[in-house]
Amino acid sequence: MSSALLSVENAVVDLPTPRGNLRAVDHVDLAVGAGRTLGIVGESGCGKTMLSRAILQLLPKKAKLSGRVMFDGQDLTRLPAEKLRKLRGRSLAVVFQDPMTSLNPVLTIGTQLIETIQEHLELDLAQARQRSIELLAAVGIPAPEQRLAQYPHQLSGGMRQRVAIAVALSCEPQLLIADEPTTALDVTIQAQILDLLAREQQRRHMAMIIITHDLGVVAGRTDEVAVMYAGRVVERAPTPALFKQMRMPYTEALLAALPKLDVAPHTPLPAISGRPPDPTRPLKGCSFSPRCRYSAERCGTEKPQLSTAETPEHLYACFHPIAARVGA
Amino acid sequence: MLFFVARRLLYLVPVLIAVSVLTFVIASLLPGDLAYVILGDQATPENVAALRHDLGLDQPIWLRYLGWLWHIVQGDFGRSFRTGQTVLQAVSERVPISFELMILAELIGLAIGVPLAIACAAKAGSAFDRLMTGSAFGMLSVPTFLSAILLIYLFAVELRWLPATGYVPFTEDPLANLRFMVLPALTLGLAEWPGIMRVLRSDMIAALQEDYIALAKAKGLKPSRILFVHALKPSSLTLVTITGINIGRLIGGAVIVETIFALPGIGRLLVGAILTRDLIILQGVVLLVGAGFVIMNFIVDLLYALLDPRIRHGHA
Repeated sequence: MSSALLSVENAVVDLPTPRGNLRAVDHVDLAVGAGRTLGIVGESGCGKTMLSRAILQLLPKKAKLSGRVMFDGQDLTRLPAEKLRKLRGRSLAVVFQDPMTSLNPVLTIGTQLIETIQEHLELDLAQARQRSIELLAAVGIPAPEQRLAQYPHQLSGGMRQRVAIAVALSCEPQLLIADEPTTALDVTIQAQILDLLAREQQRRHMAMIIITHDLGVVAGRTDEVAVMYAGRVVERAPTPALFKQMRMPYTEALLAALPKLDVAPHTPLPAISGRPPDPTRPLKGCSFSPRCRYSAERCGTEKPQLSTAETPEHLYACFHPIAARVGA
Repeated sequence: MLFFVARRLLYLVPVLIAVSVLTFVIASLLPGDLAYVILGDQATPENVAALRHDLGLDQPIWLRYLGWLWHIVQGDFGRSFRTGQTVLQAVSERVPISFELMILAELIGLAIGVPLAIACAAKAGSAFDRLMTGSAFGMLSVPTFLSAILLIYLFAVELRWLPATGYVPFTEDPLANLRFMVLPALTLGLAEWPGIMRVLRSDMIAALQEDYIALAKAKGLKPSRILFVHALKPSSLTLVTITGINIGRLIGGAVIVETIFALPGIGRLLVGAILTRDLIILQGVVLLVGAGFVIMNFIVDLLYALLDPRIRHGHA
């Protein structure tokens, strides 16, 4: 853990709402080593976006964050605003979900790239322009020089996301957080964007966190996966180990809910029944127990803690993990 | 862009025709026959009938309208039967005064409203924000005649810094001209800033919630750049609208303020024309003012396109 580039330690995010306190992130521990890729998977509202905003210190003003976010030896939660600003965009970059709203509609692509480069690197305008052109070319945008003078609305969604990635990569960050980078895009574009991210990560040797609701996205593209449910990490494992033997019934249900191409037409998807619990009314026991088909009495009264499986890297929070049940 | 301008210019034609019809009909509906106004109450019916015939008043209204429009298209707006001055002469004499007043008032309104709006949006919900929003509400409900009198009392009567009424042309003595203009412009500016401030503040607060602001922060940009470039530019559209409407409104002269401060602008020309039943001047001035308003809105449209590339490219 100490060698990790980023480690989130005991992070809790509380949001005051009219209906009471909403615990969006509940005692989360995570770590990413330099050059490694972590996938964070979970359904909408499980706290994964709040977690990413907590890492970037971009939480809404009302939100309260406790715990530590250690990045490159510094606790981001205690960093003065000016030091944090020098880190953001320079060492710590982000790609948001929706490229339709994450680029400023009234500024040109060139302005939005060059302002980032000039903020952090000692380059004059011509050099920053040149670098922008190279970046746009690197993320696969044709005619990059002409694009600089264009506005976001003149590009397609996929192209805009490429621009957003170019912005994120512009100062060679050590860590890139991609928050559902393909959710708002056409299916045909999704794979291209994910491949682009993977390629640039390899080439620049940066660490990356991919946040997604789609287990399929993280399957071949991450070193480690953390599955979140109701604000908590419920299973965490190296990607191959997870897909070989998932322990948490929720992870299994998420995988089963993925549409597959090889089933007969009109086969209903095995969707997860019910909804996540109301985050302003936390459950006493396991948050997944009301929807879990293996739920037993103990699951409703006691919260399972993360415990290790056969290897110390594989953690899960369940009283009735899948493999153990088969043996019983 | 050229196509955009041409299309907008084409839209102006029906609007201007509608303005001219309305102006003419309203002026015709005013009580009192022009012939009686000119001849006075000693006129014999024969004289009145003869004059009505000379003026074309015995013709149906649509024919009179077309005749009036025909003259206007040729640049002839008519002539006051009292002073003998043509409408164009009277207006061109007074437009610079109202125009200067309007520009100064708008500059004062913007100079107070814009910085306050930015400061309030940056600290939305703070004590400062609440105080300023409250003051704006208060100022909105103060009528100009009241603030005019208070300003005169303070600066002209008590402090004796500025003259209360009067006017000197700018070309004659620029400094004296400005001294006469300060109080009327301040009166109008004090009425302008609350609207400007409230609209820009709420637009900027909305813009600051946008994803692109979160990304701008995540890019490590300076807070000033985020506020003044990333948030202010997309928020300035309604600011342009409200400024345009204010200017358009003030082209017609500020009737009350010009009267209180004895400024010989368009507003006082209108009041004078109404009081003396000078219908020719009245309908000519109203038409020109209406046209000015419409053209101002056209300029606002062009500014929109300049500020928002999506409008320029026909996407929005």
